[in-house]
Amino acid sequence: MYSKTVMDHFMNPRNVGEIENPDGVGEVGNPVCGDIMKIFLTIDDNRITDAKFKTFGCGAAIASSSMATELIKGKSLEEAWEVTNKAVAEALEGLPPIKMHCSVLAEEGIHKAINDYRIRHNLPPWEEKAHAHHDEKEDCGCTTCNTG
Amino acid sequence: MEDRQLVYMDHAATTAVDPEIVQAMVPYLHNHFGNPSSIYSIAREAKEAVDSARVKVAAALGAKPDEIFFTSGGTESDNWAIKGVAYANRKRGDHIITSKIEHHAVLHTCQYLEKQGFRVTYLPVDQYGLVDPGELERSITDTTTLVSVMYANNEIGTIEPVKELVSITHEHGAYFHTDAVQAVGHIPVSVDSTGVDLLSLSGHKFNGPKGTGALYIRKGIRIDTILHGGGQERNRRAGTENLAGIVGTGKAIELAMTGIEEKGARIRAMRDRLISGIQGSIPHTRLNGHPSLRLPGNLNISFDFIEGESMLLLLDSFGICASTGSACTSGSLEPSHVLLATGLPAETAHGSLRLTLDVENTDEEVDYVLLTLAKVVGRLREMSPLGKQAT
Repeated sequence: MYSKTVMDHFMNPRNVGEIENPDGVGEVGNPVCGDIMKIFLTIDDNRITDAKFKTFGCGAAIASSSMATELIKGKSLEEAWEVTNKAVAEALEGLPPIKMHCSVLAEEGIHKAINDYRIRHNLPPWEEKAHAHHDEKEDCGCTTCNTG
Repeated sequence: MEDRQLVYMDHAATTAVDPEIVQAMVPYLHNHFGNPSSIYSIAREAKEAVDSARVKVAAALGAKPDEIFFTSGGTESDNWAIKGVAYANRKRGDHIITSKIEHHAVLHTCQYLEKQGFRVTYLPVDQYGLVDPGELERSITDTTTLVSVMYANNEIGTIEPVKELVSITHEHGAYFHTDAVQAVGHIPVSVDSTGVDLLSLSGHKFNGPKGTGALYIRKGIRIDTILHGGGQERNRRAGTENLAGIVGTGKAIELAMTGIEEKGARIRAMRDRLISGIQGSIPHTRLNGHPSLRLPGNLNISFDFIEGESMLLLLDSFGICASTGSACTSGSLEPSHVLLATGLPAETAHGSLRLTLDVENTDEEVDYVLLTLAKVVGRLREMSPLGKQAT
């Protein structure tokens, strides 16, 4: 059911772990729903120089965390903010519809971590938009969408 | 992973058809292909084969052959028993009682009947998954026509106090159906000593072919027909018989019943070694289901801080086939309704693992699973943001 890339990032996840003294941390999800994602960032001169994650969740959640942290490493905060869940899912060569919310968690985790950094530096947080988790016609069944 | 072996510990999901059973079936796909309803000689052979399988199934349950009706499996048997009794006795009452931990074949059938105007009570279970006979006593009324409680649960293996539930049911003049899909062929099940009126079984749960099953209907029970058509199964279940499948089910149940206690003891010993091995080597676990009133092959354990689907994927990469109560594998939001009914918090239910053993499993496989599971759980816990990582 998972693409080769999803399986690769699940079996050999990149960037697992915590960063000591991170510049930004974002935790999203809920254990009741079966997934929690925690993203740690090191930020130098407005650029993400390191990203790590810890995730409780299914194969897609772990693969999405791995891919998302890969995608934002080296990017400026503005560039990283624009990494959408779709970009994460596409980089993974697709996710099953019901697992699309895992890529959304990754996007939300990055946004939370960046805003955590901004708040720590007395900068106004960027607006975390409440967005669709997927194409409207798809039904992912997750609590956030609640389309099922 | 070079020396990857396949360790199948998901026998509650399905089983392989034994070569001996395949051999028994093959002639009925080819040489003896006749329609049992026809009158020429190859059809008579087919008819005799069906009758002989019926005798074997009846013998396994302590029933009479004419109380056994072949179906397409557990789901059809459950549907037939519940809808058939509900509609045939509707003038007498519109109330059905079942439990919260039934298989969806029972639960969804009951929910359908609610939409048709029937009233359904879903009995709760205790932390071990046991239905309390006292709860049944309090719920049953003069309008109750059917009580349906499973013989043993498919997820946590808990064996229900069927005999007690039956006697309460009969005191109130209702019929008792049991979904015995997980029990038949694994532990001795007797329709007489328990007194059940209807019992569902499924062939592929005891090494028979998929798409086969039977419903036991005690003589004299008022039940409607659900599949209308030809006069097969003594006018109760239409449709040309699944000849080879029925032959396979007969052979499978015969083999399953041979030495059932001894096989059960061997399976139980392996299962218990798995449980104590896991509990001894992995902290933060919880055994789901009853410590002793459970199917010999069933083990269901929750691992804190990790999620079931990722556990299954990693176990699969080591060649181990298992199952979980996590939502993430079911295509739904909620984790297992069975685990939730036992009072397990959702996050713990997400981290549950079910291993179901059969006599073909070996002590070496138990060792391999113990070793691999500790690795898999350790690896996922290292990745998890939850808990203190006491792996």
